[in-house]
Amino acid sequence: MMKTLPASIDATQDLLASGDYICDRSLATVLFLALKMGRPLFLEGEAGVGKTEIAKVLAETLGRRLIRLQCYEGLDVASAVYEWNYSAQMIEIRLAEAEGTVKRDDVADAVFSEKFLIKRPLLQAIDSDEAGPPVLLIDELDRTDEAFEAFLLEVLSDFQVTIPELGTRKAEAPPLVVITSNRTREIHDALKRRCLYHWVDYPDAERERAILKARAPGAPEKLAAEIVAFVQSLRREDLFKLPGVAETLDWASALTELDKIALDPETIDDTLGVLLKYQDDIAKIQGSEAKRLLDQVKAELSVAAQ
Amino acid sequence: MNDVRQTADALAEVEGSRLAENIMHFGRVLRRAGLPVGPGQVLDAVEAVQACGIGWRSDFYWTLHSVFVHARHQRDIFNQAFHVFWRKPGYLEAMMSTMIPQLAIPVREREKAPGEARLSEALFGGADDDSEGPESELIELDARLTFSAEEILRKKDFEQMTVDEQAQAKAAIARLRLKRRPVKIRRFRRDPGGSRVDLRATMRASLRHGGRLVDLKRKERQTRPPPLVVLCDISGSMSSYSRMFLHFMHALSNDRERITCFLFGTRLTNITRHLERRDVDEALDRVSEAVEDWSGGTRIGACLKEFNYTWGRRCLGQGAEVLLITDGLDRDDVADLEGEMDRLHRSCRRLTWLNPLLRYDAFEPKASGIRTMLPHVDAFRPVHNLESLEELANVLMNDRAAMPPATAAA
Repeated sequence: MMKTLPASIDATQDLLASGDYICDRSLATVLFLALKMGRPLFLEGEAGVGKTEIAKVLAETLGRRLIRLQCYEGLDVASAVYEWNYSAQMIEIRLAEAEGTVKRDDVADAVFSEKFLIKRPLLQAIDSDEAGPPVLLIDELDRTDEAFEAFLLEVLSDFQVTIPELGTRKAEAPPLVVITSNRTREIHDALKRRCLYHWVDYPDAERERAILKARAPGAPEKLAAEIVAFVQSLRREDLFKLPGVAETLDWASALTELDKIALDPETIDDTLGVLLKYQDDIAKIQGSEAKRLLDQVKAELSVAAQ
Repeated sequence: MNDVRQTADALAEVEGSRLAENIMHFGRVLRRAGLPVGPGQVLDAVEAVQACGIGWRSDFYWTLHSVFVHARHQRDIFNQAFHVFWRKPGYLEAMMSTMIPQLAIPVREREKAPGEARLSEALFGGADDDSEGPESELIELDARLTFSAEEILRKKDFEQMTVDEQAQAKAAIARLRLKRRPVKIRRFRRDPGGSRVDLRATMRASLRHGGRLVDLKRKERQTRPPPLVVLCDISGSMSSYSRMFLHFMHALSNDRERITCFLFGTRLTNITRHLERRDVDEALDRVSEAVEDWSGGTRIGACLKEFNYTWGRRCLGQGAEVLLITDGLDRDDVADLEGEMDRLHRSCRRLTWLNPLLRYDAFEPKASGIRTMLPHVDAFRPVHNLESLEELANVLMNDRAAMPPATAAA
C-alpha cells in the first residue's frame, strides 16, 4: 500500500514534523504545491539550513525510496543516467564468437540489453518502484556546469530519458524531485521556470529552539535556549559565513558531550570552530566580542524568564 | 469574411508585383538596419503575406514580424522600421526625395530611441542603388578608417578623443574579440589522439564488425575559457573613461557566455542582465537607468566588500578570472580595502587590475589606495586606449605573461 501525499498545507507541515523536520508555513506551502502539481521543488539557500534534509525526511515519512544525485563539475550522462557494463559486454561477445553461430545483429541486441545496463540515479528515479514514485534529490546543482543543467531540462519537463540503444524510457508516475543549490553560481532561468522556487532562510529563534528540541533532545533546556539565542545574535553580526542550523545542532551536541549545562566565555572560545568556519570570522568573535554577545544573551533570557 | 479574403487575394494579384517589390524594399531596409534578412526571408515574407491576405494592419505586422524577427533584440528595430516604412504607400520614396537634402545635417535635437540612429542611417544613408549615389559614397568613405588613421586612433587616449573619434573607437571596441586561455574541464570529447580510451565508442565500433575487431577509440579532456567577472569603477575620477569601458563590457558579454559585469562608485550594481541586449544603445540605456551613482565618489573597499559578501560566492566558482577596472583613488578607509582585496584575490583564479593612470610613463603608486591594492593583484595593466584593450587579450591568453606587481611597484 502506497502512502498518500498530504492533502493540505497543514498536513504537509505535520508530515514533516513527524520526521522531526520543523518547517515554517511558506516552505510547507511550496512543498505542498510541488507535490500537488507534480513539479520539481527548487530550494536555494545558504549552506546548512536544511535543504537536503527536506528530501530525506520526505522520503522517510512517505515511505518512498530516496535517490540522491550529488552534483559535481564534469558530471556527465555516464554517471548521472546510465552506463554500459563494458567488461561483461566484452565477455558476451567473446562467448558468442566461440559458439560461432550467432549473427552480427543478434550480438548487438544481446550486448545492448537491459542485462548490461548500469542504472545511475536519474534512470533509477524514472523506473517504477513498488513503494510509489521515489524522491529524487538533485543535490548542489550549482556545482555542475551549464551543459548538465541543459540535459536536466528534458528529464525534468517530461520525466523521460533517451538511451540510443534501447529507446526512450518514460516514468509511469513522475518522481518527487527536490533540487538544492548553494548559489555558488546562478542556475539558468529555463530550469528555474520548470520548478517551484523557494529560498530557505535561517529560522527564527522560536523555530530554531523547536528544531533543537526535535533533533538534539539530549541537550539541557537552559543550554539549548542559550545556544539558540547566541547563534541568533551571531547571525546579526557582520560575518563572512553565518552559522546555519546544521552548525547549531553540531554545537549543541558538542556542548552536550562536554557535559556543559550553561554557556561560559571559555567554552565558547574553545568550541567556536564548530560554529564559524572562516579564520577572519573566528578572530573577530573570539574573546571580548564573544563575552559581550553572551552577556547580552543572558540578560535577554533572564528578562524573558521573569 | 470570404469577401475580405477574396478582395485581398485579388489585390494581391493585381498589385502582386508592387506589394512583393515593397516587401523586398522593406527587407533591404531591415538588412541595412542590421537584421539578418536575405532573399530567402523576403520570399518567405511574400508567401506568408499571400497566405494570410492583407486584412488588418496588425495581421500584416505580425505576419512580417514572424518572418523577419528571430531574436528579442530585433523587435524594436523591426517595430520602428515597420511603422516608418508602411505608413502609406510610396512613403519611402517620398521620404527619400524630401529628406535627402537635409541628410548631411546630423539630427541631434531630440532623444533618440535605441536603434533609431541605426535605422535612420539604414533608411536614408548608405543607399547604393538610387540616384543619390555620390552622396552615399561620401558617407561610406567617411565611415571607414584608413589604415594610418586607425593606427593613430589606437594609440590615442580615450580622454582626448573628439566625439567622432569616440564613435570610431566604440565601433572598434565592438569588433574587439578577447581570446582567452581555455582551461581543462572534467568533460571529455572524442579525439583520435586522446590520452584515454573511450570504452563506449570502442564497444559500438567493435560491434559494427560483429565484435571480431576491437578498434580502440580515444577521448580527451575538453577545454573552455573560465568565467570572467568585470568590476568597473564609474566614479567621478573615471568619468571620461567609463563610457568606453561600458562599450567594452558590452562587447565582451555579447561575445561569450559566463561573464558577469558590475559597476561601482559608492555602491555596487550588477549590470549583467542589462548588457544582454545585443543593441549597444539599448543596453547602455538600461544600464544608465539601473545605476544611481554615476560620477560620484568612490568607496572601493566598501564595494569590494559587498561584492565579496553577496556576489563572490555566486560568480567566482569554476576558476573565474576577475578584471578590476579602477584608478585606485579611494577616499575611504584603507584598512577595509586591504582585507577585501586579499579576499577577492584568494577567491578567484586570477585578478587583473586595469588602471587608466598607468598611461603616464612616470606613474608611481603614491596614493594609499593604490599601494594597498597592488600587492593583491596578479597583473597590473594600463587601460586608456584601444591598443591597451587589445593587449589585454595577450594577458588573458598567457598565464605567465602578466607583469608582476612587484616590478610595477618598484
